[in-house]
Amino acid sequence: MTTTLDAAIAKPRKQFGETFLGRLWTGLTRSSAGFAGTLLVLAIVLFSFVGPLLVDQDNPTDTTQIWTEPSAEHWLGTQYEGKDTFTILVNSGAQPIWVGTLAALMAVFIAVALGSIAGYFRGRVDAVLLQLTDVTVTIPQFLLMLAVVAFFEDIPPWGISIVVGSTMWAFLFRSIRAQVMSLKEREFVEAARLQNLGPARIVFREILPNMAGFIFVNFVISVNQAIYAIVGLYVLGLMPSGTPNWGLMIHQSWGQNFYLNPIALPFVVAPLIMIVLFTIGLVTMGRGLDQALNPRLRER
Amino acid sequence: MSAPPAPPPQQHAADAPPAERTGPGLVRRVWASYAFRRIRQSVFVIWLVATITFLLMHFMPGDPIQIMAGRLNSSGMSHEQAVATATNIISYDPNANVWVQYLDFLKGLVTFDLGNSLTNPSKTVFEHVMEYLPWTLFAVGAGVALAIVIGLTVGMAAAYRRGSAFDHAMTSIGSFLTGVPNYILIAAVIVVGYTMLGVLPFLDMRGRITAGVEPGFNLVFFGDAIFHAILPIIAFAFTATGSFMLNMKAATTEVLTEDYVTVAQARGLKAGRISRGYVGRNAMLPIIPQIALQLGTLVGGSIVIEQILQYPGAGQMLMQAISNRDYPVVQAAVIILATSVVIASLIVDLFLVRVDPRIKTEGQEA
Repeated sequence: MTTTLDAAIAKPRKQFGETFLGRLWTGLTRSSAGFAGTLLVLAIVLFSFVGPLLVDQDNPTDTTQIWTEPSAEHWLGTQYEGKDTFTILVNSGAQPIWVGTLAALMAVFIAVALGSIAGYFRGRVDAVLLQLTDVTVTIPQFLLMLAVVAFFEDIPPWGISIVVGSTMWAFLFRSIRAQVMSLKEREFVEAARLQNLGPARIVFREILPNMAGFIFVNFVISVNQAIYAIVGLYVLGLMPSGTPNWGLMIHQSWGQNFYLNPIALPFVVAPLIMIVLFTIGLVTMGRGLDQALNPRLRER
Repeated sequence: MSAPPAPPPQQHAADAPPAERTGPGLVRRVWASYAFRRIRQSVFVIWLVATITFLLMHFMPGDPIQIMAGRLNSSGMSHEQAVATATNIISYDPNANVWVQYLDFLKGLVTFDLGNSLTNPSKTVFEHVMEYLPWTLFAVGAGVALAIVIGLTVGMAAAYRRGSAFDHAMTSIGSFLTGVPNYILIAAVIVVGYTMLGVLPFLDMRGRITAGVEPGFNLVFFGDAIFHAILPIIAFAFTATGSFMLNMKAATTEVLTEDYVTVAQARGLKAGRISRGYVGRNAMLPIIPQIALQLGTLVGGSIVIEQILQYPGAGQMLMQAISNRDYPVVQAAVIILATSVVIASLIVDLFLVRVDPRIKTEGQEA
């Protein structure tokens, strides 16, 4: 997704409407679509993190109850071992979401750190970092991840976050760098420089807070991209299958041909719907925020 | 697209000092030229990916030779024989020093000899991978081509009718396509089309060709191959179409405000000529680098899509090799798939320089 280079640039320290949280709130509520997306994301996060505390976690294998139809007792019926599908679904969201979020946090952190260094200091460091990004962008990420997972079979989920995060940052780096370069020329940064405040303070107190909205939008987009990779690895069945999650449900549906069987539909369709809703939520939330925080885009 | 053409010396004679015209100056200019920089970078990335796979194989938990021997052993081979075969299959001597192994590996890489497949020892891994690769590249290529045609047309149309119902609908569809993983969308297509409604003959569409159809240069074969590839092509087109659509709309919107468009209108040029020759050509420029990015993501994502669609391309072959612990094949498949992505994006970038010469100097600003 494209985000125009000039993000929200407000004069620092103003009333609530002008602070980052204020603008975030405006951004999330301004467009009805963006607001709906945010609600959708929140609903699924609540469903996946609070839901498991509310449902009965006792879900035994029951060979007399295989593939039963949805009923009052089993809202989505039962699966191939006679376990309750709804309980599995509730427990399945947490892992992809936290692994994706961690990966996105890491990508954004690296991109912001390297992007500010390159954009603020320019010169040799900048040239080297640009070269590094060019190389990282060209590496086919998913293949690299697959290779890591194929050779190291017992990789923990946070290990996947690290692999995903350390290849994904490069896509963000250029736009962050361009932002820093443009903000650096603004009067308030020049004023800070004239006061001899030092680069660390200027970057952290003057420049980065002014592009917080831009960074946040990119964080939302990155979560979506990380989910693509992580769920994909689970769909392939390459990850440890201990914790239930959406990708693993799809892997089971496909690996054992349940998807061709109409009786298994609730089990097959449920994770697909959850992923579609969550990713649509993230995208609409990101677009809504982008439009509100991004003055140049707002005019379009 | 191969060697960068050396600039004719007289062209820069005016501003270049005389020394530049001699041998070393020419070499330096070629070395610094955009095309050569991109080629160097591509070679570097291929080397990097190959080295990473070497390191992964070397530092993986457990001894790959023992794991592979274990597999051969379970299929009825004696232990000594299994170890000997496994040792033979790997292209380098597993008992040698790491650096010697690495040099052997690099030598194998440039001579296309990375050992033999474990499950099919009569073939080198390169032959094995190459048997599957064309099917994947065909489907990915066709998918991207489809996405370019649809994405650019619809994106431009949406920008011309900005704010209309058509624009809103298309922008929503575009975000939907870019946001939802393509393997999830195609999985939903199968479940709805085959399992729920029964209108999609999915079972017949699996595989590469229908049994009994002879590969050959005839319509029956091509028709059948396309029938089997249609779902993968659609799956590959999903994300790319959405992304091209949204980017083309943004780019067209920007170009439409340019002075040269207003001037062209003032000159009384026909609307069709303005949209093709002035707007379209310029709006397309930022989309071309996106094509290279999409190719990379799609070839990687092909592994999941081929698994979902049961399409026997390179991705499904790679998954087979992973579950068989056929490590030499896994290694070769990762290197070859990465190489094809790198070469494709190199071609796109070199093409882009022809269309938009401004890019040449972009990386050089310091």
